[in-house]
Amino acid sequence: MTHGEPSASLQTVASEIDNAERPSMTRLINFRSLLLLVIFATAAVALASLAFAYQAGLIPASRLISPDDLVKILQSGKSEKPLMIQVGSHVLFTQAHIPGSEYIGPASNESGLVSLRKRVESLPRNRFIVLYCGCCPWDHCPNVKPADDALHALSFTNVKILYISNNFGADWVEKGYPVAKGD
Amino acid sequence: MTRQSTPSDMKGMGTSQPSLAPDFSLPDLTGEKLDLSSYRGKVVLLDFWATWCDSCREEIPRFVELQKKYGDQGMQIIGVSMDDGPEPVREFHRRFKMNYPVVMGNAKTGELYGGVLGLPIAFLIGRDGRISAKHTGATDIRVIEKEIVNLLQSGAGSTSPGS
Repeated sequence: MTHGEPSASLQTVASEIDNAERPSMTRLINFRSLLLLVIFATAAVALASLAFAYQAGLIPASRLISPDDLVKILQSGKSEKPLMIQVGSHVLFTQAHIPGSEYIGPASNESGLVSLRKRVESLPRNRFIVLYCGCCPWDHCPNVKPADDALHALSFTNVKILYISNNFGADWVEKGYPVAKGD
Repeated sequence: MTRQSTPSDMKGMGTSQPSLAPDFSLPDLTGEKLDLSSYRGKVVLLDFWATWCDSCREEIPRFVELQKKYGDQGMQIIGVSMDDGPEPVREFHRRFKMNYPVVMGNAKTGELYGGVLGLPIAFLIGRDGRISAKHTGATDIRVIEKEIVNLLQSGAGSTSPGS
């Protein structure tokens, strides 16, 4: 035996220790893998929740109003007229908006939400309010869901969201519904 | 939602030719004016977008790749932001390493292009300054790339076309 080489007995002992520890090492590796998997899955769910949090597709159908139905209400002499609030871009609002509606600002950012809350804070909670945007296809609109959530949190009970399938141009202007321009 | 493509209906009023892309002079993100007419002779992809527009954001990295790929061949992408202010656009431009100019659009610009009442909307403009296609909503980047290649290869209107 040269100096530095383990003896046969030492190798045997090492081998026994190695064999004895292997199952626990395997369990440790499995535990780590499981832990990583859980962390990854949790992060993925959190990211997915974040991504979908603003999507209008999550708004219950019972809270939606179609362009046709809104126009009927606006043209009716009897129905209560809603407060209509555009929660999208000012550039889009200036080009075309529903006559009588008010620009608040994109509800996808905090300043828009602050403006929205300020605008409605003094209103009776049963006030008929219609929110709309139309910046993007419905499932990609970042604005109507946060706006709806904000009014819901303020206990408003009579809020409708204008369902705009593609965008305000295609689903309102080109349909021939009434349009106003400017601020 | 799929993008609505109208490659052949961008006709001028009462003519058989596609219409000239309306010129504009708008501030870029540094405040310098950018004139669309100064890009005459290039194939231009004019992209109306906004930082808060989900579909727009998805397209930006692909446009960056297109600019890298075809910039040397005479293609220029110009972004027209429909954001209400330049701050988020500057941040976005930096973060996404956008390699093409972005100007701040306004309602007048939107109206010049028939109303930009939904995003994204992209116009493909030939070397002659005429609009050859309009794409509304999210689209397959391969469709746009094919159109760019066709316009680059056609070499149409490398001189001033008149109106």
